[in-house]
Amino acid sequence: MSKILNTQALPYCKGCGHDLIAKSTAKALEDMGLDPLDVIIVTDIGCHGIIDSCLNTHTVHGLHGRSVALGAGIAFGLESPEQKIIVFIGDGGSTIGLQHILEAARLNLDMTVVVHNNMLYGMTGGQTSGLTPCGFRTSTSVSGNPWDGYDLCALAHKSGAAYTGRIAGIGDISSSLGEAFAVKGFSLVEVIEICPGYGVKFNPKRKLSEIIESSGKLPGKWENLRDPFGEVQGSKSGSLFDDLDILGSDFKSSLEKPFSLIISGSAGEGVQLAAALLSSAVVRSGLNVTQKGSYPVTVGVGFSAAELIISPDPIGYHGLDNPDVIVVTSVEGLAHCRSRIEKMTGGMLFIDSSLQSPQTGADVRSYDFRSVGARAACLYAIFIFINSTGYISGESLYRTISDGGLADKIPVDKIRELTDQWSNRG
Amino acid sequence: MQRMTDRKNVIIDGSRIVIEAMARAGADSFIGYPITPANLLYQYAAQRLPLMLPAPDEITTLQWMSGLSACGRIPVTATSFPGFALMIESINMAFMMELPMVIILVQRLGPATGTATCGAQGDIALLKGMISGGHQLPVLCPYDFNDCWNLSARAVSLSAQLRTPVVFLTSKEEMMTRKSFDLSTLDDIEPLKRSYYSGDKPYTPYKPGENLVPEFLPVTNDRWQVRLNASTHNPEGILQHSSKEALANTRRLEEKSLRNLPDYTICDLNEQKGAEILIVSYGVTAAAARDAVAVIRESGKKISMLIPKTILPVPDICYKIIDSYKRVIFAEENINGQYAKVMFGERLPGSIRIVGEIGTMVSKEQIRMEATR
Ligand SMILES: Cc1ncc(C[n+]2csc(CCOP(=O)(O)OP(=O)(O)O)c2C)c(N)n1
Ligand SMILES: [Mg+2]
Repeated sequence: MSKILNTQALPYCKGCGHDLIAKSTAKALEDMGLDPLDVIIVTDIGCHGIIDSCLNTHTVHGLHGRSVALGAGIAFGLESPEQKIIVFIGDGGSTIGLQHILEAARLNLDMTVVVHNNMLYGMTGGQTSGLTPCGFRTSTSVSGNPWDGYDLCALAHKSGAAYTGRIAGIGDISSSLGEAFAVKGFSLVEVIEICPGYGVKFNPKRKLSEIIESSGKLPGKWENLRDPFGEVQGSKSGSLFDDLDILGSDFKSSLEKPFSLIISGSAGEGVQLAAALLSSAVVRSGLNVTQKGSYPVTVGVGFSAAELIISPDPIGYHGLDNPDVIVVTSVEGLAHCRSRIEKMTGGMLFIDSSLQSPQTGADVRSYDFRSVGARAACLYAIFIFINSTGYISGESLYRTISDGGLADKIPVDKIRELTDQWSNRG
Repeated sequence: MQRMTDRKNVIIDGSRIVIEAMARAGADSFIGYPITPANLLYQYAAQRLPLMLPAPDEITTLQWMSGLSACGRIPVTATSFPGFALMIESINMAFMMELPMVIILVQRLGPATGTATCGAQGDIALLKGMISGGHQLPVLCPYDFNDCWNLSARAVSLSAQLRTPVVFLTSKEEMMTRKSFDLSTLDDIEPLKRSYYSGDKPYTPYKPGENLVPEFLPVTNDRWQVRLNASTHNPEGILQHSSKEALANTRRLEEKSLRNLPDYTICDLNEQKGAEILIVSYGVTAAAARDAVAVIRESGKKISMLIPKTILPVPDICYKIIDSYKRVIFAEENINGQYAKVMFGERLPGSIRIVGEIGTMVSKEQIRMEATR
């Protein structure tokens, strides 16, 4: 009586290789002295997968083609390295889920994949699969498959599998399977069989050994000397809140009602950084802020815009219908905001002096933002805006910059000098 | 619940709040595949969760999560429609196997790849119909940062409590916009304590337990055999074509999320006495709706507001509230009134109006105009 199987009457057609694989697997596991609950067998969808109910091991029966990934997930979650994960999958499942096999091999997860290669999709009616050899006839290629099948073993081996083997499903194959089960790391055994239903029907005169011979994919085994996957990546850090600056209200603000601002420039001009610094300064001035980024799909080119709402009261909705101020530092920034600028019926537009302002109801102010260098242009523009509106103090922003350790990266003194000049003139 | 002391003003995005909350609640693994606007969640999770694995695609993501969940972990992932679409068959699998996990769906503008950096609320209809058979899994949808915190923790505990995947539904705006926020307003989170089957008879993986939820036992235990099955199966987890007990199991899945719904119904109702108009809104649009309500009330008009946070299955109480108003306005960031239609079908009753938008957030002005027409 087998410990692994609860019956010897397996649900397979007479002569099916799947029956042989199941019985040889059971024998190999018993020969290794494993108890049923030391083993987790993950089965795919296909004829091979209906073995499930005959097993005394833990069983997991998932989706077509995904069993290797499901088994991999279990491998990541295993507590005891003594537990064996075995995946039963067909040739069909192996191609729809090819990525999962390559991935598990690459990571060298501790598991064994047994490929039941009956050279066609058995359960669904004997259609040609990605492992059907050239010339082999199936229900969908009655004059013979025009293509060669994948060399699954080569693919797994090249991907890094610790052990890969190909065998013919004839006789007792338990020792070959046992060899794979004993491997620490990823092992794959491809068992070639002929489906007694469709394979024999469409290729009545052919013998398994001759088919294997003529396919060119011969039995063999291939090894990579590698340690199995062990340590997992992941965390270390305590709370994600530990990285955040707690902002005190060190400064005063004269702002009495919500105020909205768009900063619109180009990627690389420090738009988002400038907006973040302004946001911090705003909070340090006892106000609330929302900062919404807006950029094209590719980071690093094109426009880059930030939309801010600044308010003495808590802010709910953070969309900007009609901004009070728009700051434009570049051509791309202008293009991004043009229609909104045109719609303004009041408020202010701060625009780089190289740009032509569109028709607008806003009070237009033009400055050479680039005189401090392109990378600081945006921040400079913000200083000018702060100075002109007086809602928060320039000091709050200077302090935010120096507290953030950015004082030597940003030409603060130059900005200060120029801003003072402008405001004296104004 | 105890509160943290002192004001702690920071500038923060919703992604950070969500991952921190899930970590504290007991989520212990994250499987990532990059996609805007869910990338911040991935980045924070890599920093924070005990196990982080980069998957080669989103089908793998869900399968690895399922494997980890079978071992007794609570895995999380974050994605947007293109990735979510790839996950759907595997989410069905996890639903059928009854595996706890949380999938954060950060909505962006579709169809297809659409606009990666533009928010949307366009996936409600998909979520409603994503499980073959029309069964529903819990979908929680936060509206502000405190919700992000509380509902993230709830998503984790709910997934274990009901043995089910839970979808945490949000959008680009909530996960990527930075806002000033007082961390001291966050409640403490109780870490999840899971209990496993401890009986002295063989374990029956799909035997209905309390509230129709079967007790859980990891596939890694060496005491009792565990069978997990995504095909139609009996309580023992054995595949069956359509036996009475197997179909009863499938019916139980339908019942499980519905019968326990009162337990996880979360919504905010802000009623004004004498109001005849109700605004219904969720997620990012609820913030605009709330501002609109304030403006409308200031102008002397009476109006009420409902913010459902348990979006699916639709809680009974939402119907009750809606039925008691003469006019109901659904505000959501799509152009077909998806949530209204999930609730009332394609042909909306005359009392219901929808305010929608794509490519930009629904504004409070749009809502105000519809409400004061
Ligand atoms: C995603 C998906 N596509 C298709 C199917 C249908 N299907 C079920 S079994 C099967 C073929 C199985 O063939 P194979 O993996 O070779 O196993 P065999 O039956 O030959 O043992 C297919 C295509 C499915 N279940 N899921
Ligand atoms: Mg096959």
